[in-house]
Amino acid sequence: MPGLKDVKNKIQGVKKTAQITKAMNMVASAKLRGAQEKMERFRPYSQKFAAAMSNLSGGMEGGNLPLMQVRDVQSVEIVVVTSDRGLCGSFNSNIISTADRMRKSLETAGKKVSIVCVGKKGNQFFKKTGKVRKAYTDIMGTFQMFNAREISMDVAENFMTGGSDEVRIVYGKFHSVAVQKPELEELLPIKPVTGVQTEVLEKISGAYTYEPEPGEIMEVLLPLYLNVQVYHAMLEVGASEHAARMTAMENATSACKDMIHGLTRLYNKARQAAITRELMDIVGGAEALK
Amino acid sequence: MAQIHLEVVTPSGPIVSDEVDIVTAPGYGGEFGVLANHAPFLSTIKIGTLSFKKDKQIKHLMVSGGFSEVSNNKITFLVESAEYGYDIDVDRAMRAKERAEKRLAQAVQQTEKINRVRAEAALQRALARLHAAERARQ
Repeated sequence: MPGLKDVKNKIQGVKKTAQITKAMNMVASAKLRGAQEKMERFRPYSQKFAAAMSNLSGGMEGGNLPLMQVRDVQSVEIVVVTSDRGLCGSFNSNIISTADRMRKSLETAGKKVSIVCVGKKGNQFFKKTGKVRKAYTDIMGTFQMFNAREISMDVAENFMTGGSDEVRIVYGKFHSVAVQKPELEELLPIKPVTGVQTEVLEKISGAYTYEPEPGEIMEVLLPLYLNVQVYHAMLEVGASEHAARMTAMENATSACKDMIHGLTRLYNKARQAAITRELMDIVGGAEALK
Repeated sequence: MAQIHLEVVTPSGPIVSDEVDIVTAPGYGGEFGVLANHAPFLSTIKIGTLSFKKDKQIKHLMVSGGFSEVSNNKITFLVESAEYGYDIDVDRAMRAKERAEKRLAQAVQQTEKINRVRAEAALQRALARLHAAERARQ
């Protein structure tokens, strides 16, 4: 039987932990709102962009554009987008294991694999594999479009100079506050987008005047499109991270509560046992005096 | 006067959504102007100053790369960033300009392609900001 004092200390400790996890839960939910707003603000841009891409690329073959060039795949680059901070359940490890599984299966197929890490957690893991070509850490807190641009420019440069024949991106997609799943997308070569229908740009036909030629417009648009995709992945991870942390911290708080409950039981039992022992002593003493 | 619907959309949200008289923008082949009922048109946008006139008031925006699209009496700009001239921090833009110039001078010596491209873009953005801010003050 543990001493009364020990149990009491333990209860205090668990209570403090519960306070922290509860606070973290609230911080995460506030940040989640911010991240979701950021996503919301980005949506009109990305939708219109996708629509424009769809209309422009529908009618043309991309063979002659460097970012659309389909090559025999010898080496694959994986962009892994994770969060910078932990304490968000299995969120990061899910992304990492998805990426790592892909890396292994590519390597067994005899392909060369390089990795670009966005976010500290991914870098911590893949550093050990020695495959990291570039890492962007400590930017997931407050990133802007130009952070995404830096990454996409670098990835595109590597692709165009033959450093990779295919680029894929793995990130945590935000489905809802409760569900975030690792998502895999192909970044490069960019495939002609089809099937996006919105009210804007719907009826692009021969009636349009292009300045410059559609092909040249594409040359400007493709790197921007890559930016849009990288930025989008980062936004998704930003929101997912906070959602995952919210859930994780809520679970931690309720686990703390359960523990406090159990410990209080234990404390009361110990207290009663002590009282009983004392009573026994007293009764025993009285009995002996008779 | 017939008006055209102007929309400026950036990754951090829509900046302008308004009926305006005329829009001028830095297109691929130079500055172009668009009035109401313009023919369908699609152009890339360079870093520069976008101006539009509404109720005899002219407003200036700094825009960086993207493209614009005209159809159904509506002009949409999809640009990476857009700022109103009067919102621009002139001191900051000046500092950015000096920094970019310095970097550019170094990059020319080192003949590093990526750095030069980046510095040039930064310089253009800084100059566009200053230009838009100045136009807004007039």
